Amino acid sequence: MAIFLNKDSKVIVQGMTGATGMKHTKLMLADGTNIVGGVNPRKAGTSVDIDGTEIPVFGTVAEAMEKTGANVSVLFVPPAFAKAAVVEAIDAEIPLAVVITEGIAVHDSAAFWAYAKAKGNKTRIIGPNCPGLITPGQSNAGIIPGDITKPGRIGLVSKSGTLTYQMMYELRDIGFSSAVGIGGDPVIGTTHIDALAAFEADPDTDLIVMIGEIGGDAEERAADFIKANVTKPVVGYVAGFTAPEGKTMGHAGAIVSGSSGTAAAKKEALEAAGVKVGKTPTETAKLARELLAG
Amino acid sequence: MDLFEYQARDLFAKHGVPVLAGEVIDTPEAAREATERLGGKSVVKAQVKVGGRGKAGGVKLAATPDEAVARATDILGMDIKGHTVHKVMIAETAPEIAEEYYVSYLLDRTNRTFLAMASVQGGVEIEVVAEENPDALAKVPVDANEGVSIEKAREIVAQAKFPAEVAEQVAEILVTLWDTFIKEDALLVEVNPLAKVADGRVIALDGKVSLDENAEFRQPEHEALIDHAAANPLEAAAKAKNLNYVKLDGEVGIIGNGAGLVMSTLDVVAYAGENHGGVKPANFLDIGGGASAAVMANGLEIILGDPDVKSVFVNVFGGITACDEVANGIVQALQLLADKGEEVTKPLVVRLDGNNAELGRRILSDANHPLVQRVDTMDGAADKAAELAAAK
Repeated sequence: MAIFLNKDSKVIVQGMTGATGMKHTKLMLADGTNIVGGVNPRKAGTSVDIDGTEIPVFGTVAEAMEKTGANVSVLFVPPAFAKAAVVEAIDAEIPLAVVITEGIAVHDSAAFWAYAKAKGNKTRIIGPNCPGLITPGQSNAGIIPGDITKPGRIGLVSKSGTLTYQMMYELRDIGFSSAVGIGGDPVIGTTHIDALAAFEADPDTDLIVMIGEIGGDAEERAADFIKANVTKPVVGYVAGFTAPEGKTMGHAGAIVSGSSGTAAAKKEALEAAGVKVGKTPTETAKLARELLAG
Repeated sequence: MDLFEYQARDLFAKHGVPVLAGEVIDTPEAAREATERLGGKSVVKAQVKVGGRGKAGGVKLAATPDEAVARATDILGMDIKGHTVHKVMIAETAPEIAEEYYVSYLLDRTNRTFLAMASVQGGVEIEVVAEENPDALAKVPVDANEGVSIEKAREIVAQAKFPAEVAEQVAEILVTLWDTFIKEDALLVEVNPLAKVADGRVIALDGKVSLDENAEFRQPEHEALIDHAAANPLEAAAKAKNLNYVKLDGEVGIIGNGAGLVMSTLDVVAYAGENHGGVKPANFLDIGGGASAAVMANGLEIILGDPDVKSVFVNVFGGITACDEVANGIVQALQLLADKGEEVTKPLVVRLDGNNAELGRRILSDANHPLVQRVDTMDGAADKAAELAAAK
């Protein structure tokens, strides 16, 4: 089972022929991902040899889907062209679009989100500015290293890429059903709540780890959702207690403005919803272990 | 990037939002000619990126050019809530104000849409209006792809209950303000107050604009709006090297990869510091994914150049980043500084995990630098770095 991505997923890569796209297509293939094509209008009809696997290049997402049955697209398209690429994926109604690209202008992500919504949200968008998602042992759509851990029964949703890796590493002996990096931009597609709902419904997931960071109110809303809808144990971690007001901490969305978006408020909201929140990633992993041990 | 009032004013004017004439100066003497150009009287307004400057004495009327020089002398160099005034705007004096309104566009993160806000109770902090009289603040979602047509603008005006005699003027201003928001890739455009003056005109008297730095690729003119004078010299040096760095006020220098992990590292160091005399992180520095040895070396040079730093914590989880590259970067940076004749005396604590961690650890062991210590857990390394900073 797992969420959003499994061994049957057929993955195409928009921006595959660029340097970053090539590098990660190679890594995704090595993790067993079923990559069925790349998209680049200027190289349509050609193919790329990646470690002995011939990957065909199509002119459009729609064509790639028609010829291969692809149902997932991973985007490594540079920021200036990302909006057009996401809109193309939405128009083709591909079920899942994973936007890895960092540094997309907010007006562009707001525009493609509004467009997806107007089209009835037929395409699940993950990201932008995210590491993608992995279902260990089955498929990897993005840049999460495939060798950190193994299949298991923890579900992970995180705003941060490296904290995703850190947490997977801390709990590597237990393993994960799926790990989803949703990204730290102000406007993102899939939210903590979407992933929590999916993990709650996933029979392969026993416990959920949720990683948040300063900025916005996604964690507070996730806390409300957990209280009302999640029966599985949830362990949380929030980064950015020491972040000063008004300074963007790396991620475009990671900023405390006035009293809103603070880590303390998020921790408090999560704890009020019954979520055990760790002070450090290591302590969070320990809480997860304790809960799993019963 | 938040702009100064005069920069916001210029952008408003560029897109057709009605504003008063004004120019920015940085010496008292220049206030004379600027005021003469405005017909002999002016308002001298401190340019600082913080609210409440009027109350702090940063906005003064000048009835003559000489008075403008005197007021500019008072205001230039003034400290307003920790912001030193380096520039003042010499602005046209507003005709008598009859009413003050508020209008803005911003991103509504929660609903992932743009939002128009408007109120007939302007001239005060809008947060106060939102708190005390929420019905007086209209909030109207704006679809990013549909934007604000004159019809949409009229809808906003109607919801905010603007008086009939200014409704059409305000609607037209809302359309031009939307142009400013969209065409400048702004995260916020705010006019407060939007004033109705004695002759019936509606004019933007003061405003705030914040621009999206991710849009730099299509906004080449925004480069000129950066306030280089205000940047911390370390932050400026880091930016020149494309490093994501924020100066903080502690003693433990921090380098890591990935925004989330670095934020987490700051927290873990602050907790550890509680047991070591209250030492705190000195900075945020994210060398990003897939960082090379050269990037690591650049980062380390910035941190070691910070006189507040007493120890350094390098915390890397190798996802895309390879730990051997990071280790090589550390060794190279120390060598580079030694070659320059700069004596490094600050101890480094390094924690490497993930991609090629064993290789990275071995490189550090082989280099055997007297100032570099390896600690292989994040919490343990943070504790060591805090201890070393406290001991200095």
